[in-house]
Amino acid sequence: MTVIRIPTQLRELTGGAGEVDLQGATVAELLAALNAAHPGFGERISEPDGSLRRFVNIFVAEEDIRFLEGIDTPVAPGEVVSIVPAVAGG
Amino acid sequence: MAFVTALKCRECGREYPIEPSYTCSWCFGPLEVAYDYDAIRASVSRESIAAGPLSVWRYADLLPSERQESVDLGAGFTPLVRAPRLAAELGLGELWIKNDTLNPTNSFKDRVVSVALSKALEFGFKVVACASTGNLANSVAAHAAHAGLESYVFIPSNLEAGKIVTTAVYGGNLVAVDGNYDDVNRLCAELAGTYPWAFVNVNVRPYYAEGSKTLAFETAEQLGWQAPDHVVVPIASGSQLTKIHKGFHELFEVGLLDEEPSVRVSGAQALGCSPVATAFLEGSEVIKPVKPDTIAKSLAIGNPADGYFAIDAVRNTGGAMAAVTDDEIVDAIRLLARTEGIFAETAGGVTVATLSRLAASGVIRPDERVVIYITGHGLKTLEAVSPVVGPTATIRPNIEAFHDAFPALEESSK
Repeated sequence: MTVIRIPTQLRELTGGAGEVDLQGATVAELLAALNAAHPGFGERISEPDGSLRRFVNIFVAEEDIRFLEGIDTPVAPGEVVSIVPAVAGG
Repeated sequence: MAFVTALKCRECGREYPIEPSYTCSWCFGPLEVAYDYDAIRASVSRESIAAGPLSVWRYADLLPSERQESVDLGAGFTPLVRAPRLAAELGLGELWIKNDTLNPTNSFKDRVVSVALSKALEFGFKVVACASTGNLANSVAAHAAHAGLESYVFIPSNLEAGKIVTTAVYGGNLVAVDGNYDDVNRLCAELAGTYPWAFVNVNVRPYYAEGSKTLAFETAEQLGWQAPDHVVVPIASGSQLTKIHKGFHELFEVGLLDEEPSVRVSGAQALGCSPVATAFLEGSEVIKPVKPDTIAKSLAIGNPADGYFAIDAVRNTGGAMAAVTDDEIVDAIRLLARTEGIFAETAGGVTVATLSRLAASGVIRPDERVVIYITGHGLKTLEAVSPVVGPTATIRPNIEAFHDAFPALEESSK
Protein backbone atom coordinates (compact mmCIF):
# COMPACT_ATOMS: atom_id res chain seq x y z
CA MET A 1 0.00 0.00 0.00
CA THR A 2 1.05 3.59 -0.62
CA VAL A 3 0.22 6.56 1.57
CA ILE A 4 -1.17 9.56 -0.32
CA ARG A 5 -1.16 12.86 1.59
CA ILE A 6 -4.24 14.94 0.85
CA PRO A 7 -4.12 18.75 1.09
CA THR A 8 -6.67 20.58 3.24
CA GLN A 9 -8.50 21.83 0.14
CA LEU A 10 -9.41 18.27 -0.96
CA ARG A 11 -10.16 16.66 2.40
CA GLU A 12 -13.88 17.22 1.88
CA LEU A 13 -13.57 14.40 -0.66
CA THR A 14 -11.92 12.03 1.83
CA GLY A 15 -14.28 12.62 4.71
CA GLY A 16 -11.68 14.84 6.35
CA ALA A 17 -8.80 12.36 6.16
CA GLY A 18 -5.36 13.89 5.56
CA GLU A 19 -3.93 10.57 4.33
CA VAL A 20 -5.35 7.66 2.39
CA ASP A 21 -3.82 4.22 1.66
CA LEU A 22 -4.09 2.96 -1.90
CA GLN A 23 -2.58 0.42 -4.27
CA GLY A 24 -0.79 1.43 -7.44
CA ALA A 25 2.57 1.11 -9.20
CA THR A 26 2.70 4.62 -10.68
CA VAL A 27 1.38 8.08 -9.85
CA ALA A 28 -1.21 7.72 -12.61
CA GLU A 29 -2.46 4.42 -11.20
CA LEU A 30 -2.64 5.88 -7.69
CA LEU A 31 -4.55 8.94 -8.91
CA ALA A 32 -7.00 6.65 -10.73
CA ALA A 33 -7.41 4.59 -7.57
CA LEU A 34 -7.90 7.80 -5.58
CA ASN A 35 -10.63 8.96 -7.94
CA ALA A 36 -12.32 5.53 -7.76
CA ALA A 37 -12.22 5.46 -3.96
CA HIS A 38 -13.20 9.12 -3.57
CA PRO A 39 -15.08 10.28 -6.68
CA GLY A 40 -14.44 13.89 -7.64
CA PHE A 41 -10.66 13.94 -7.30
CA GLY A 42 -10.08 13.71 -11.04
CA GLU A 43 -11.94 16.86 -12.01
CA ARG A 44 -10.40 18.80 -9.15
CA ILE A 45 -6.73 18.12 -9.85
CA SER A 46 -6.80 17.52 -13.61
CA GLU A 47 -7.74 19.52 -16.68
CA PRO A 48 -10.46 18.06 -18.94
CA ASP A 49 -7.69 16.59 -21.15
CA GLY A 50 -6.31 14.60 -18.21
CA SER A 51 -3.18 16.65 -17.61
CA LEU A 52 -2.54 17.94 -14.11
CA ARG A 53 -3.76 21.48 -13.40
CA ARG A 54 -0.85 23.93 -13.42
CA PHE A 55 -1.22 24.83 -9.75
CA VAL A 56 -1.18 21.23 -8.53
CA ASN A 57 2.17 19.73 -7.54
CA ILE A 58 2.72 16.06 -6.81
CA PHE A 59 5.72 14.67 -4.96
CA VAL A 60 6.93 11.08 -4.67
CA ALA A 61 9.27 10.52 -1.73
CA GLU A 62 9.68 14.31 -1.44
CA GLU A 63 10.65 14.77 -5.11
CA ASP A 64 8.54 16.80 -7.55
CA ILE A 65 7.31 14.39 -10.26
CA ARG A 66 8.21 16.96 -12.91
CA PHE A 67 11.85 16.07 -12.15
CA LEU A 68 10.94 12.37 -12.49
CA GLU A 69 8.62 10.85 -15.08
CA GLY A 70 5.55 13.00 -14.49
CA ILE A 71 2.40 11.03 -13.77
CA ASP A 72 4.14 7.91 -15.10
CA THR A 73 6.63 8.08 -12.21
CA PRO A 74 6.86 4.66 -10.54
CA VAL A 75 6.03 4.48 -6.86
CA ALA A 76 7.81 1.85 -4.78
CA PRO A 77 6.05 0.26 -1.81
CA GLY A 78 6.46 2.42 1.27
CA GLU A 79 7.07 5.67 -0.63
CA VAL A 80 4.79 8.57 0.30
CA VAL A 81 2.95 10.53 -2.39
CA SER A 82 1.99 14.14 -1.56
CA ILE A 83 -0.49 16.34 -3.41
CA VAL A 84 0.43 19.95 -2.63
CA PRO A 85 -1.00 23.25 -3.87
CA ALA A 86 1.62 25.11 -5.93
CA VAL A 87 0.95 28.69 -4.95
CA ALA A 88 2.81 28.83 -1.66
CA GLY A 89 6.09 30.57 -1.10
CA GLY A 90 8.14 33.51 -2.24
CA MET B 1 -10.90 51.05 7.23
CA ALA B 2 -9.95 48.27 4.89
CA PHE B 3 -11.92 48.03 1.67
CA VAL B 4 -11.55 44.32 1.00
CA THR B 5 -14.59 42.52 -0.35
CA ALA B 6 -13.50 38.93 -0.99
CA LEU B 7 -10.76 36.56 -1.98
CA LYS B 8 -10.96 35.74 -5.67
CA CYS B 9 -9.30 32.95 -7.66
CA ARG B 10 -7.00 34.29 -10.38
CA GLU B 11 -7.61 31.18 -12.47
CA CYS B 12 -11.36 30.52 -12.39
CA GLY B 13 -12.79 33.62 -10.68
CA ARG B 14 -14.55 31.80 -7.82
CA GLU B 15 -14.93 34.02 -4.77
CA TYR B 16 -14.30 33.16 -1.14
CA PRO B 17 -14.75 34.98 2.18
CA ILE B 18 -11.89 36.91 3.80
CA GLU B 19 -10.26 34.05 5.68
CA PRO B 20 -6.77 32.59 6.12
CA SER B 21 -6.89 30.75 2.79
CA TYR B 22 -4.67 30.86 -0.27
CA THR B 23 -5.78 28.47 -2.97
CA CYS B 24 -9.02 27.98 -4.81
CA SER B 25 -10.51 24.82 -3.38
CA TRP B 26 -11.85 24.03 -6.84
CA CYS B 27 -8.90 24.47 -9.21
CA PHE B 28 -5.99 25.22 -6.82
CA GLY B 29 -5.40 28.61 -8.45
CA PRO B 30 -4.03 31.38 -6.23
CA LEU B 31 -6.50 33.58 -4.37
CA GLU B 32 -6.11 37.34 -4.57
CA VAL B 33 -7.69 40.08 -2.45
CA ALA B 34 -10.54 41.93 -4.19
CA TYR B 35 -11.37 45.53 -3.21
CA ASP B 36 -14.22 47.97 -3.52
CA TYR B 37 -12.35 50.49 -5.65
CA ASP B 38 -15.27 52.92 -5.80
CA ALA B 39 -15.24 53.18 -2.03
CA ILE B 40 -11.45 53.60 -1.99
CA ARG B 41 -11.67 56.35 -4.61
CA ALA B 42 -14.17 58.19 -2.41
CA SER B 43 -11.93 57.84 0.65
CA VAL B 44 -8.39 58.37 -0.55
CA SER B 45 -6.56 61.43 -1.87
CA ARG B 46 -2.99 62.54 -2.41
CA GLU B 47 -3.46 64.79 0.64
CA SER B 48 -4.76 61.99 2.88
CA ILE B 49 -1.76 59.88 1.92
CA ALA B 50 0.68 62.75 2.52
CA ALA B 51 -0.81 63.16 6.01
CA GLY B 52 -0.18 59.49 6.81
CA PRO B 53 2.84 57.84 8.44
CA LEU B 54 6.16 57.49 6.61
CA SER B 55 5.66 53.77 6.15
CA VAL B 56 3.63 51.35 4.04
CA TRP B 57 0.64 52.24 6.22
CA ARG B 58 0.23 55.61 4.49
CA TYR B 59 -1.44 53.47 1.80
CA ALA B 60 -3.66 51.56 4.25
CA ASP B 61 -6.77 52.19 2.12
CA LEU B 62 -5.16 50.05 -0.60
CA LEU B 63 -4.01 47.29 1.77
CA PRO B 64 -6.06 44.41 3.17
CA SER B 65 -5.54 45.22 6.84
CA GLU B 66 -6.35 47.95 9.34
CA ARG B 67 -3.65 50.52 10.07
CA GLN B 68 -4.76 50.87 13.69
CA GLU B 69 -3.95 47.21 14.36
CA SER B 70 -0.75 47.13 12.35
CA VAL B 71 2.48 45.40 13.28
CA ASP B 72 4.74 48.25 12.26
CA LEU B 73 8.52 48.47 12.57
CA GLY B 74 8.52 51.27 9.99
CA ALA B 75 8.65 49.28 6.76
CA GLY B 76 8.48 51.27 3.58
CA PHE B 77 8.82 54.83 2.35
CA THR B 78 12.41 54.10 1.41
CA PRO B 79 14.42 56.56 -0.73
CA LEU B 80 13.98 56.82 -4.49
CA VAL B 81 17.44 57.91 -5.56
CA ARG B 82 18.44 59.40 -8.91
CA ALA B 83 21.30 57.38 -10.41
CA PRO B 84 23.08 59.54 -13.02
CA ARG B 85 26.48 57.82 -12.84
CA LEU B 86 25.06 54.33 -13.27
CA ALA B 87 22.87 55.66 -16.09
CA ALA B 88 25.89 57.14 -17.83
CA GLU B 89 27.83 53.85 -17.55
CA LEU B 90 24.95 52.00 -19.19
CA GLY B 91 24.04 54.61 -21.78
CA LEU B 92 20.68 55.33 -20.19
CA GLY B 93 18.86 58.59 -19.48
CA GLU B 94 16.70 59.15 -16.41
CA LEU B 95 17.40 56.28 -14.03
CA TRP B 96 16.15 55.93 -10.46
CA ILE B 97 16.89 53.38 -7.76
CA LYS B 98 14.23 52.37 -5.26
CA ASN B 99 16.59 51.67 -2.38
CA ASP B 100 14.68 49.10 -0.37
CA THR B 101 17.82 48.02 1.47
CA LEU B 102 16.81 50.72 4.00
CA ASN B 103 13.94 48.82 5.60
CA PRO B 104 13.91 47.73 9.26
CA THR B 105 15.50 44.36 8.45
CA ASN B 106 17.12 45.62 5.24
CA SER B 107 14.92 44.09 2.59
CA PHE B 108 11.56 44.66 0.92
CA LYS B 109 10.18 41.70 2.87
CA ASP B 110 9.38 44.06 5.75
CA ARG B 111 6.59 45.48 3.59
CA VAL B 112 4.83 42.17 3.06
CA VAL B 113 5.47 40.93 6.60
CA SER B 114 4.07 44.08 8.19
CA VAL B 115 0.85 43.49 6.24
CA ALA B 116 0.82 39.71 6.81
CA LEU B 117 1.34 39.87 10.57
CA SER B 118 -1.22 42.64 10.94
CA LYS B 119 -3.73 40.43 9.15
CA ALA B 120 -2.65 37.40 11.21
CA LEU B 121 -3.44 39.34 14.40
CA GLU B 122 -6.83 40.32 12.97
CA PHE B 123 -7.51 36.63 12.33
CA GLY B 124 -6.52 35.84 15.91
CA PHE B 125 -3.40 33.78 15.22
CA LYS B 126 -0.94 33.39 18.12
CA VAL B 127 1.90 31.81 16.12
CA VAL B 128 3.42 32.98 12.83
CA ALA B 129 5.64 31.01 10.46
CA CYS B 130 7.22 31.10 7.03
CA ALA B 131 9.36 29.32 4.47
CA SER B 132 12.22 31.61 3.57
CA THR B 133 15.34 32.08 1.49
CA GLY B 134 16.60 34.44 4.20
CA ASN B 135 15.19 37.94 3.85
CA LEU B 136 11.73 36.83 4.84
CA ALA B 137 13.21 34.89 7.76
CA ASN B 138 14.84 38.07 9.08
CA SER B 139 11.64 40.02 8.72
CA VAL B 140 9.21 37.49 10.19
CA ALA B 141 11.48 36.88 13.20
CA ALA B 142 11.83 40.62 13.83
CA HIS B 143 8.18 41.54 13.37
CA ALA B 144 7.04 38.55 15.47
CA ALA B 145 9.33 39.70 18.26
CA HIS B 146 7.97 43.24 17.97
CA ALA B 147 4.38 42.00 18.16
CA GLY B 148 5.05 39.48 20.93
CA LEU B 149 4.10 36.55 18.70
CA GLU B 150 5.68 33.12 18.74
CA SER B 151 7.41 32.30 15.46
CA TYR B 152 8.63 29.28 13.48
CA VAL B 153 10.91 30.21 10.61
CA PHE B 154 11.96 27.49 8.14
CA ILE B 155 15.07 28.02 5.98
CA PRO B 156 17.32 25.89 3.77
CA SER B 157 20.26 24.79 5.94
CA ASN B 158 22.84 26.07 3.41
CA LEU B 159 21.80 29.72 3.71
CA GLU B 160 24.38 32.51 3.98
CA ALA B 161 25.76 32.76 7.54
CA GLY B 162 24.69 36.39 7.79
CA LYS B 163 21.05 35.58 7.14
CA ILE B 164 21.04 32.83 9.77
CA VAL B 165 22.50 35.11 12.47
CA THR B 166 20.19 37.98 11.55
CA THR B 167 17.20 35.70 12.01
CA ALA B 168 18.27 33.74 15.08
CA VAL B 169 19.07 36.90 17.06
CA TYR B 170 15.35 37.70 17.40
CA GLY B 171 14.87 34.60 19.51
CA GLY B 172 12.06 32.76 17.72
CA ASN B 173 12.24 29.15 16.54
CA LEU B 174 14.56 28.87 13.55
CA VAL B 175 14.38 25.53 11.73
CA ALA B 176 17.16 24.77 9.23
CA VAL B 177 15.92 22.15 6.77
CA ASP B 178 18.22 19.81 4.85
CA GLY B 179 17.07 20.73 1.37
CA ASN B 180 16.61 23.69 -0.96
CA TYR B 181 13.95 26.39 -0.71
CA ASP B 182 11.44 24.35 -2.69
CA ASP B 183 11.79 21.50 -0.18
CA VAL B 184 11.26 23.96 2.67
CA ASN B 185 8.27 25.44 0.90
CA ARG B 186 6.62 22.06 0.33
CA LEU B 187 7.19 21.15 3.97
CA CYS B 188 5.54 24.39 5.09
CA ALA B 189 2.59 23.92 2.73
CA GLU B 190 2.05 20.50 4.35
CA LEU B 191 2.58 21.80 7.90
CA ALA B 192 0.06 24.56 7.21
CA GLY B 193 -2.57 21.84 6.92
CA THR B 194 -1.65 20.52 10.36
CA TYR B 195 -0.82 23.50 12.59
CA PRO B 196 -3.14 26.44 13.26
CA TRP B 197 -0.42 28.97 12.50
CA ALA B 198 -0.25 31.95 10.18
CA PHE B 199 2.29 30.89 7.56
CA VAL B 200 2.84 34.28 5.98
CA ASN B 201 3.57 32.91 2.52
CA VAL B 202 1.15 30.01 2.67
CA ASN B 203 -2.26 30.49 4.29
CA VAL B 204 -2.05 34.28 4.61
CA ARG B 205 -0.20 34.71 1.32
CA PRO B 206 -3.00 36.65 -0.45
CA TYR B 207 -2.73 39.42 2.17
CA TYR B 208 1.05 39.21 2.51
CA ALA B 209 1.61 39.59 -1.24
CA GLU B 210 -0.41 42.82 -1.33
CA GLY B 211 2.34 44.53 0.66
CA SER B 212 4.55 44.60 -2.43
CA LYS B 213 2.13 47.00 -4.14
CA THR B 214 3.55 49.72 -1.88
CA LEU B 215 6.75 49.58 -3.98
CA ALA B 216 4.71 50.97 -6.87
CA PHE B 217 2.69 53.37 -4.73
CA GLU B 218 5.81 54.97 -3.26
CA THR B 219 7.59 55.16 -6.61
CA ALA B 220 4.69 57.06 -8.14
CA GLU B 221 4.30 59.37 -5.14
CA GLN B 222 8.04 60.08 -5.04
CA LEU B 223 8.00 60.91 -8.76
CA GLY B 224 5.33 63.53 -8.09
CA TRP B 225 2.38 61.19 -8.72
CA GLN B 226 3.64 59.94 -12.04
CA ALA B 227 4.34 56.40 -13.14
CA PRO B 228 7.75 55.60 -14.63
CA ASP B 229 8.10 54.32 -18.20
CA HIS B 230 9.97 51.15 -17.34
CA VAL B 231 10.72 49.17 -14.17
CA VAL B 232 13.17 46.33 -13.59
CA VAL B 233 12.23 43.91 -10.83
CA PRO B 234 13.92 40.72 -9.59
CA ILE B 235 11.93 37.49 -9.83
CA ALA B 236 11.92 34.74 -7.22
CA SER B 237 8.30 33.56 -6.91
CA GLY B 238 7.22 36.35 -9.27
CA SER B 239 4.88 37.86 -6.70
CA GLN B 240 6.73 41.14 -6.23
CA LEU B 241 6.87 41.91 -9.96
CA THR B 242 3.20 41.04 -10.37
CA LYS B 243 2.18 43.26 -7.47
CA ILE B 244 4.30 46.23 -8.59
CA HIS B 245 2.56 46.05 -11.95
CA LYS B 246 -0.82 45.85 -10.21
CA GLY B 247 0.07 48.73 -7.88
CA PHE B 248 0.54 51.29 -10.66
CA HIS B 249 -2.81 50.37 -12.18
CA GLU B 250 -4.59 50.55 -8.84
CA LEU B 251 -3.36 54.11 -8.35
CA PHE B 252 -5.08 55.09 -11.58
CA GLU B 253 -8.17 53.05 -10.70
CA VAL B 254 -8.67 55.02 -7.46
CA GLY B 255 -7.90 58.41 -9.00
CA LEU B 256 -4.39 59.00 -7.64
CA LEU B 257 -2.79 59.09 -11.09
CA ASP B 258 -4.15 61.44 -13.75
CA GLU B 259 -3.18 59.27 -16.70
CA GLU B 260 -3.52 55.55 -17.15
CA PRO B 261 -0.01 54.21 -16.57
CA SER B 262 1.76 52.29 -19.32
CA VAL B 263 4.72 50.99 -17.34
CA ARG B 264 6.87 48.46 -19.13
CA VAL B 265 7.79 45.76 -16.64
CA SER B 266 11.00 43.76 -17.01
CA GLY B 267 12.10 40.83 -14.87
CA ALA B 268 15.50 39.73 -13.60
CA GLN B 269 16.64 36.21 -12.77
CA ALA B 270 19.92 34.47 -12.11
CA LEU B 271 20.95 31.96 -14.77
CA GLY B 272 21.39 29.31 -12.06
CA CYS B 273 17.69 29.59 -11.22
CA SER B 274 15.78 31.02 -14.15
CA PRO B 275 12.60 28.99 -14.70
CA VAL B 276 10.53 32.13 -15.37
CA ALA B 277 13.04 33.89 -17.64
CA THR B 278 13.60 30.64 -19.54
CA ALA B 279 9.89 30.16 -20.22
CA PHE B 280 9.60 33.83 -21.23
CA LEU B 281 12.60 33.73 -23.57
CA GLU B 282 11.47 30.45 -25.16
CA GLY B 283 7.93 31.76 -25.60
CA SER B 284 6.72 28.76 -23.64
CA GLU B 285 3.37 28.45 -21.89
CA VAL B 286 4.85 26.04 -19.34
CA ILE B 287 7.27 26.92 -16.55
CA LYS B 288 9.56 23.95 -15.91
CA PRO B 289 10.79 23.78 -12.31
CA VAL B 290 14.57 23.73 -11.80
CA LYS B 291 17.08 22.81 -9.10
CA PRO B 292 18.67 26.15 -8.18
CA ASP B 293 22.43 26.63 -8.34
CA THR B 294 23.29 30.30 -7.95
CA ILE B 295 24.84 32.72 -5.48
CA ALA B 296 21.56 34.67 -5.63
CA LYS B 297 19.99 32.54 -2.93
CA SER B 298 17.26 35.03 -2.13
CA LEU B 299 15.93 34.45 -5.67
CA ALA B 300 16.54 30.68 -5.67
CA ILE B 301 13.00 29.42 -6.05
CA GLY B 302 12.98 26.63 -8.60
CA ASN B 303 9.21 26.20 -8.54
CA PRO B 304 7.87 29.78 -8.62
CA ALA B 305 4.24 30.18 -7.57
CA ASP B 306 3.52 33.39 -9.48
CA GLY B 307 5.77 32.76 -12.46
CA TYR B 308 2.86 32.60 -14.90
CA PHE B 309 1.50 35.94 -13.76
CA ALA B 310 4.96 37.52 -13.91
CA ILE B 311 5.30 36.37 -17.52
CA ASP B 312 1.84 37.78 -18.31
CA ALA B 313 2.77 41.17 -16.81
CA VAL B 314 6.03 41.34 -18.75
CA ARG B 315 4.53 40.18 -22.06
CA ASN B 316 1.51 42.46 -21.79
CA THR B 317 3.61 45.56 -21.12
CA GLY B 318 6.33 45.03 -23.72
CA GLY B 319 9.00 44.33 -21.14
CA ALA B 320 11.68 41.66 -21.24
CA MET B 321 13.60 39.27 -19.01
CA ALA B 322 17.19 38.19 -18.67
CA ALA B 323 19.01 35.41 -16.85
CA VAL B 324 22.44 36.58 -15.70
CA THR B 325 25.49 34.63 -14.58
CA ASP B 326 26.98 34.64 -11.09
CA ASP B 327 29.99 36.58 -12.41
CA GLU B 328 27.68 39.22 -13.87
CA ILE B 329 25.89 39.41 -10.51
CA VAL B 330 29.13 40.10 -8.62
CA ASP B 331 30.26 42.66 -11.20
CA ALA B 332 26.88 44.37 -11.01
CA ILE B 333 26.96 44.58 -7.21
CA ARG B 334 30.33 46.33 -7.52
CA LEU B 335 29.11 48.55 -10.36
CA LEU B 336 26.13 49.76 -8.32
CA ALA B 337 28.30 50.36 -5.25
CA ARG B 338 31.02 52.15 -7.26
CA THR B 339 28.70 54.41 -9.24
CA GLU B 340 25.92 55.16 -6.77
CA GLY B 341 27.12 54.28 -3.27
CA ILE B 342 24.45 51.64 -2.74
CA PHE B 343 25.47 48.18 -1.56
CA ALA B 344 23.00 45.53 -2.70
CA GLU B 345 22.72 41.86 -1.90
CA THR B 346 22.93 39.34 -4.73
CA ALA B 347 19.33 39.95 -5.84
CA GLY B 348 20.28 43.58 -6.48
CA GLY B 349 23.21 42.34 -8.52
CA VAL B 350 20.79 40.29 -10.60
CA THR B 351 18.63 43.37 -11.15
CA VAL B 352 21.51 45.67 -12.12
CA ALA B 353 23.04 43.01 -14.38
CA THR B 354 19.68 42.59 -16.08
CA LEU B 355 19.36 46.37 -16.45
CA SER B 356 22.80 46.37 -18.06
CA ARG B 357 21.88 43.57 -20.48
CA LEU B 358 18.56 45.10 -21.46
CA ALA B 359 20.15 48.54 -21.91
CA ALA B 360 22.86 47.06 -24.13
CA SER B 361 20.29 45.24 -26.26
CA GLY B 362 18.17 48.37 -26.64
CA VAL B 363 15.11 46.99 -24.84
CA ILE B 364 15.48 49.68 -22.19
CA ARG B 365 15.90 52.97 -24.01
CA PRO B 366 17.69 56.22 -23.05
CA ASP B 367 14.45 58.17 -23.53
CA GLU B 368 12.68 56.16 -20.84
CA ARG B 369 12.31 57.10 -17.19
CA VAL B 370 13.51 53.87 -15.57
CA VAL B 371 13.16 52.66 -11.99
CA ILE B 372 15.03 49.61 -10.70
CA TYR B 373 14.16 47.87 -7.45
CA ILE B 374 17.08 47.11 -5.14
CA THR B 375 15.38 44.90 -2.61
CA GLY B 376 18.01 43.73 -0.12
CA HIS B 377 21.18 44.99 1.58
CA GLY B 378 24.68 43.85 0.62
CA LEU B 379 25.64 43.17 4.23
CA LYS B 380 23.34 40.14 4.05
CA THR B 381 25.46 38.42 1.39
CA LEU B 382 29.04 39.46 2.07
CA GLU B 383 30.18 36.06 0.78
CA ALA B 384 29.37 37.18 -2.76
CA VAL B 385 31.90 40.01 -2.90
CA SER B 386 34.37 39.33 -0.10
CA PRO B 387 36.65 37.26 -2.40
CA VAL B 388 36.98 40.12 -4.90
CA VAL B 389 37.18 43.31 -2.86
CA GLY B 390 39.54 44.37 -0.09
CA PRO B 391 41.97 47.07 1.03
CA THR B 392 43.73 49.00 -1.72
CA ALA B 393 46.93 48.71 0.33
CA THR B 394 47.99 47.39 3.73
CA ILE B 395 50.83 49.47 5.18
CA ARG B 396 52.78 50.25 8.31
CA PRO B 397 51.69 53.45 10.10
CA ASN B 398 54.18 55.92 8.61
CA ILE B 399 54.26 58.38 5.71
CA GLU B 400 57.02 56.56 3.80
CA ALA B 401 54.96 53.40 3.72
CA PHE B 402 51.99 55.36 2.40
CA HIS B 403 54.15 56.92 -0.32
CA ASP B 404 55.54 53.51 -1.21
CA ALA B 405 52.01 52.25 -1.68
CA PHE B 406 50.90 55.30 -3.72
CA PRO B 407 54.04 56.53 -5.56
CA ALA B 408 52.09 58.70 -7.96
CA LEU B 409 50.69 60.66 -5.02
CA GLU B 410 54.19 61.32 -3.71
CA GLU B 411 55.22 62.67 -7.13
CA SER B 412 52.25 65.01 -7.33
CA SER B 413 52.78 66.32 -3.80
CA LYS B 414 56.34 67.52 -4.55
